[in-house]
Amino acid sequence: MTAASTRKSIFLHLAVVAVLFGLQFVVPDYDKLTITRIMVIAVYAIGYNVLFGYTGLLSLGHAMFFAVGLYAAGLPVYYFGLDLPLAFALGIGASLILSLLIGVIALRTSGVSFMIVTLMFAQAGYLLTFHLTEYTQGDAGLNLPASIRSFGFAGITFDLTKPDVRYNLALCILALAILIVFAVVRSRSGRILVAIRENEERTRMLGYNSFAHKLKAFVIAGGLSGTSGATFAILFAYVGASFASIQNSIEVLLFTLLGGAGTILGPLLGTAAMVYLVDKTSEFTTAHLLIVGLALIVLVAWFPKGILGSVRERWVKWIP
Amino acid sequence: MDPVALLSPADFAFSDAPPPGREASSGVAAAGESAGVPLLGTENLTCRFGGLTAVDNVSFALREGEVRAVIGPNGAGKTTFVSLLCGRIAPTSGTVHFRGKDVTKLPAHRKVQAGIAYTSQITNVFGNLSVRNNVMLAAESRLRNAQGRRLTSAELAAKADRALEAVGLSSRMDEKACELAYGHQRLLEVAMGLALEPALLILDEPTQGLSDPEIADFCTLVRAIAASKTILLIEHNMPVVMQIADRITVLNRGQILAEGTPAEIRGNHDVQVAYLGT
Amino acid sequence: MDFGAFFFLATLEGLVQAAVLSLTALGLSLVFGVMRVVNVAHGQFFMLGAFLAWWITNMIANQPVLGFLAALLIAPLLVGGIAFLGERLVLKPLNYGPQSTIVATIGFLYIIQEVALILFGPDPRPVEPPFQFDVEFPWFGYSGYKLFVICTAALLLCATWFVMRSMRIGLAMRATQFDSETAQNFGIPVGRVYAQVFAIGAMLAAVAAVLIVPIQQAHYLMGLDALLLSFIAVIVGGLGSIQGTVVAAILIGLSGGILSVFFSPTLAKIVATLFVALVLVFKPEGLFGGKAR
Repeated sequence: MTAASTRKSIFLHLAVVAVLFGLQFVVPDYDKLTITRIMVIAVYAIGYNVLFGYTGLLSLGHAMFFAVGLYAAGLPVYYFGLDLPLAFALGIGASLILSLLIGVIALRTSGVSFMIVTLMFAQAGYLLTFHLTEYTQGDAGLNLPASIRSFGFAGITFDLTKPDVRYNLALCILALAILIVFAVVRSRSGRILVAIRENEERTRMLGYNSFAHKLKAFVIAGGLSGTSGATFAILFAYVGASFASIQNSIEVLLFTLLGGAGTILGPLLGTAAMVYLVDKTSEFTTAHLLIVGLALIVLVAWFPKGILGSVRERWVKWIP
Repeated sequence: MDPVALLSPADFAFSDAPPPGREASSGVAAAGESAGVPLLGTENLTCRFGGLTAVDNVSFALREGEVRAVIGPNGAGKTTFVSLLCGRIAPTSGTVHFRGKDVTKLPAHRKVQAGIAYTSQITNVFGNLSVRNNVMLAAESRLRNAQGRRLTSAELAAKADRALEAVGLSSRMDEKACELAYGHQRLLEVAMGLALEPALLILDEPTQGLSDPEIADFCTLVRAIAASKTILLIEHNMPVVMQIADRITVLNRGQILAEGTPAEIRGNHDVQVAYLGT
Repeated sequence: MDFGAFFFLATLEGLVQAAVLSLTALGLSLVFGVMRVVNVAHGQFFMLGAFLAWWITNMIANQPVLGFLAALLIAPLLVGGIAFLGERLVLKPLNYGPQSTIVATIGFLYIIQEVALILFGPDPRPVEPPFQFDVEFPWFGYSGYKLFVICTAALLLCATWFVMRSMRIGLAMRATQFDSETAQNFGIPVGRVYAQVFAIGAMLAAVAAVLIVPIQQAHYLMGLDALLLSFIAVIVGGLGSIQGTVVAAILIGLSGGILSVFFSPTLAKIVATLFVALVLVFKPEGLFGGKAR
C-alpha cells in the first residue's frame, strides 16, 4: 500500500460520504427513508465484512449482535424512558460484551463447525426473544412512543420524527463505521487478519497469536452490528424478533457477498442493491426471499468477488 | 551476502537470564565454543499418535552457534521431532528447554516470539501476497529490538529487505509468491525465517527439489547465516549434510541412533545398517 | 391411567417422532459423511416431500390407500430428482468448497421455500391417513397408523443399513467417504456417487415427511424445525457417523416428548440449540463420535 494509493482511498471514501450527504437535497422523502434504512443496515454489513471478508470467517449468527444492540437500546427507552444517547451507548456496550463472550467460545472451532456454532447461538437468541415474549412482544415487536422520539445532545435538540434529522444521524454513524473499518484494515492488524484468512497456520508459525486477532475481528464485527441495531431501534422506533432471525444473519452475508467481501465500501453497495431489489420485488409477490436465494447462488457460483471486488480485480487495483 | 544480525530477545522475558554470551559480529563461527547451558534441549521427549510412537524418549541438546543436521531413513520421526520443538504438535510427554526455560507447553506463536523459527518441508507461503509482503509479515511479527525499543516501520521494512537480499530474492520482491519457481519459493521460506530474527532457525528439507547450482548457493547461504544463528536442519541430501553440518544427529524409528561429527557418522556401522538394511 | 401406562404412551409417541427423525437425520448424515457438505436446505426436501404427498393424494382423491402408496413412491423420487439437479448444476461446479457449498445450500433453502409458498400458499394443508383404526392396548387405544409409521421407518433403516453394508452402491459410498481420492483411483465414479448420495439424502427426508404428514400437516415453514432436529441428531451422534446419528435421533425423539412436557417447547428448543453449539465447541467429534475426521 503506497502513500499515493492511501491518499486515493481516503479521497474515495470521503467522496462517497459527501455524495450521500448531497443526495438528501435531491431525492424525494420516500427515497430518503429508504436510503436512511440502507445506511443503517450498511453499518451492520460493513462490520460483518471485517470478520467475513478480511479474516475469512463465515459467521451465520451475527444477527444476534444486531438484535442485542436493538433490544438493549430499545427496551430501556420503551419501559423506562431512558435518554436516547444513553440507550444508544447501552446498545453498543451490550453487543461488545456479548460478542466477546460468544467469540471466546465460538472461535475455538473453525470452518464448518464455526458456521454451525454461530448459527446455533444466534438461533438460541432468537428463540429467547420469544421465550421472553411478555417483554419483547416477540414477532409483533414494540413501537417506541412518539414522545420519546427526540433527544438533546451537546445543547442541540434532535427531533427524530423529522426525516432529515434521521438521515443525517444515520450518515454520521455510517461515516464513523467506515472510518473505524478503514483504520483497522489499513493497520498492521488488518494485514494480520488478511494473513490469517490466507493461511492461518503459517500466520501462527510467524509468531502471531491468531486467536487473539480473530477475537478482535469478531468483536469489531459484533460491536458494529450492535451499533447498527441500536441505531435502527432509535431511528425507526421499533424493536422486533425478526431482527434476530436466521434470515437477518443470512441477509447480511448476502449484502457483503454481493457488494464485494474484502472491500470496505462493498457492503454498502450490496446493501443498497439488495434493499432496492427486495423492495421492488415485494410490490408484486410475497415470495421476495426467492430473490435472496437466487442471488446467493448466482453470486457464489459465478461472482464470488461481488461487485466491488470484481471492479478491484479488473480495473481499479487500489480500492481497499 | 550479508549475514543478518543476531537479535537477542532479552525483552521476551520469561527469561531473566542475561543474553547469552555471544557478540553479534560477522564472520565469527562459534560452533561448540559456548559451554554451559545448551541453547535448546529436550528430555525424554515423546510423541505418540494412537498406537504409533513417532518420537520415542528423545533427549537432545543443541549448542549455540552450531549447525546441526538431523538425518535418518524415511519415517524416522524427524519432522515430528522438529514439529515438537517449534510447537506445531504437542508432545505426549517429556520437556523442551530453550535458553534455560521450559517451553514445552508454550503455544507455537509464543515459541516463535521466544526465538525459534521453522520453515516447513512443504512450501507454505502466502501465495496471493507479493514476495515482499510475505517477508514483511515475518518482519512485523517481532516489533521490538534487543533493547526493547519498538522498531519504526522504516526499520521493519529494512529488516525485511535485508532478509530478501540475504537469500537473493530482492529482484523479485514485487512478484506474487505463488508465481515463483519452486526453488525461489523455498528461498522465500528461508527469507521469512530470517526476517523473524530467531536465535534458532529450523529448516525442514530445505534443498528438496532444488537444482544443483541452487543447492550450492544454498550451502553458501547457510554458512553465512550460521555465523550468527544456530541452525537445525533436516536433510536427506548427504553431500549437503557433510558439507555444512558441524554435528549430525541420526534418528531411527523415533530414537536417536547416533550423534557426532560428519566423519564419525560416516564411519558408524549402525547408521549404515539403518540406511541400507543389511 | 396409571403412570406405567402413561409412560408407555409417551414412549410410543416418542418412537413416532424418533422414527421420522432418524430417517431425516440419516439423510443429512449421509450427505455430510460422504460429501463433507452441510446441506442447510435438507429441511426443505422434507417439506417438499410433505407437500408432494398432499398434492398426489389430492389428485388420487377418495382412494386413501392408493393415494398414500403413490405418494410414498413418487414424492421421494421427485424430490430426489430435484436434489440431483441441484447437485449437478450448482454444487459440483463449486467443487464442494466448504464455505461456498453452505452459501449455495442456503440459496436452495430460500428458493425451495419461496417456490413452495408460491405454489401451495401459506396455509397448512392436512392429509388423510391411508387407514384409520385403533390398536387396542389394555390401557388405551392407539392409532394403528402411528404404529405403521414406526414399523415402516424401522424397515427403511434396516434396508439402508443393508444397502450400505452389502450392495455395490453402499460400498462405493463408504469407500468415497473414507478416502475419495483412493476411491477414485480404484475406479469408483466419485462424481456420480456424490450426485446419488445427495439425491438419496433428500429422498430419505422426503419419505420421512410422507410418513408424518397425515399426523402433522404440511406447511411451507416446516422444514426449519426438521433441519434443526436433524442437525442436533447428526452432531450429537458424531459428524460422519451414521450409526451415531440414528442412535442420537432415537434418543432425541424419545426424550423430546418428555422435555416438552416439563418445559415449554420454546425453552426446550433453546436448551437443545445451545447444547448443539457447546457439543461442537468442546467435543467436536460429537458426543458419541469416534476419532475426529
